[in-house]
Amino acid sequence: MSQGKQKRAPTGSGRDNPGMPNAIELRGLRRDFGHRPALRGVDLTVPAGASLAVLGPNGSGKTTLLRILATLLRPSSGEATVLGAPLPAGSWRLRGRVGYLGHEPLLYRDLTGRENLRFHAELHGIPAPEERIQEALEAVGMEARAESRAGELSAGMRQRLAICRCVLHRPDLLLLDEPDSHLDSEGRELASRVIGPDEGRTRVVVTHDPERVLPACDLVLVLGPDGAPASAEVAGDLASDEARRAAAGVVA
Amino acid sequence: MNGAARAATPWRTAFGAILTKDLRMELRTLRSLPAMALFAVTTYVIFRYALDRTTLSGSLAAGVLWATLLFAAVLGINRLFVAERDEGGFDAIRLAPIDRTVLLAAKAAALIAYLLILELVAVPIFALFFLEDAAGLAPLVPVLLLADLGLAVTGALISSMAVNSRARDLLVPLLLLPLVVPLMIAATAASEPLLEAGGPAYDRFGLWLGVLGLYDLVFLLVGYAVFDFLLED
Repeated sequence: MSQGKQKRAPTGSGRDNPGMPNAIELRGLRRDFGHRPALRGVDLTVPAGASLAVLGPNGSGKTTLLRILATLLRPSSGEATVLGAPLPAGSWRLRGRVGYLGHEPLLYRDLTGRENLRFHAELHGIPAPEERIQEALEAVGMEARAESRAGELSAGMRQRLAICRCVLHRPDLLLLDEPDSHLDSEGRELASRVIGPDEGRTRVVVTHDPERVLPACDLVLVLGPDGAPASAEVAGDLASDEARRAAAGVVA
Repeated sequence: MNGAARAATPWRTAFGAILTKDLRMELRTLRSLPAMALFAVTTYVIFRYALDRTTLSGSLAAGVLWATLLFAAVLGINRLFVAERDEGGFDAIRLAPIDRTVLLAAKAAALIAYLLILELVAVPIFALFFLEDAAGLAPLVPVLLLADLGLAVTGALISSMAVNSRARDLLVPLLLLPLVVPLMIAATAASEPLLEAGGPAYDRFGLWLGVLGLYDLVFLLVGYAVFDFLLED
């Protein structure tokens, strides 16, 4: 972040290995919608395998940032390199390597859960996907409702299916926009196993629940209101009071 | 982590996945086909009583046939990308390692399937209402197939452009109809001698089939060239 400050070097989980390449590098990233800036001058480096929490009030550009990283939006200016691919020119190199869980579950309401997952598996060229689909359904506790149409499921069940869709192709980078939305406590617990920190997998998690998400993250990016430059960056022990205060000051 | 891009999904696999998904959803919900067929049949009934004629031939028969099929097709074209917009299909496809023109090809193929089913219902009813004999229907098949291809490619292209607009229902006919004027001229000109009262004739039939084929080729190339850009934000 252009006006942020590095509190501490990243620690733990082997994620501070200097030989490890960076999964995400942003320099002066900006995105405007017409004359309204959504992101202004975000500088950020996320090492491969690290988890980044993104905090900020409504309208601070969290979802915009995630969609840029997913190649679903083009940056207006600045530099962005994701998994070694410069954006937007190299966005085709990221296809199939990113698992994106947005506000919309990206599921067709008139297809069953299993049909939706099979469709995504085919798009990603997963050979003989049935076993992997079954594993994913069981991991989020949805095997019993796999034959129900997505439109007939509750919002929480659709979110569980969306989590399956997001990890089905075993992405290198997970982009999660409020992944706990609509989930009950059991769903949150199951989801944390599927999309939680994992060796070699980089995660960016947008959240309004820092108490829950920060302990599982290595870095935090706090975005200010109205597309203002990010106001703080904390690395290291995110369960610390300092990190919580930094986050709470913006989120509250 | 920063390894090479993943291998692209084979074109045929992605095409099959999208087409199968579309046909399955249409069979399950029947959102487009019944409306298209009902529109066509109702329009033929209206023509029959409005023209106060029990038989039509030549250019009038060809005009009634194609005008009705075209406007019935617009109903399906309007809805072609609605699920992709409303349910996130565009994002899912943009995230997958596929050639994006697969989406255009699969949507055009789905529309061809809808048009063929529409014609299986509407053309026999047209013949029943307006033709003295059905001898012209068999040679009409290549005309229908070539016109369906052109209409499907152009329709899929226009539908993908209009789907994000709130004025989608207005935009599709406004953009589509001028573009398909050459297609309709060629289709009616090729159909006209086939629907003459004395039985089918083949005056310049090959020439008009060639024009239909050329139209199809041009819009296939245009679609291939521009569709990737239409999917950008």
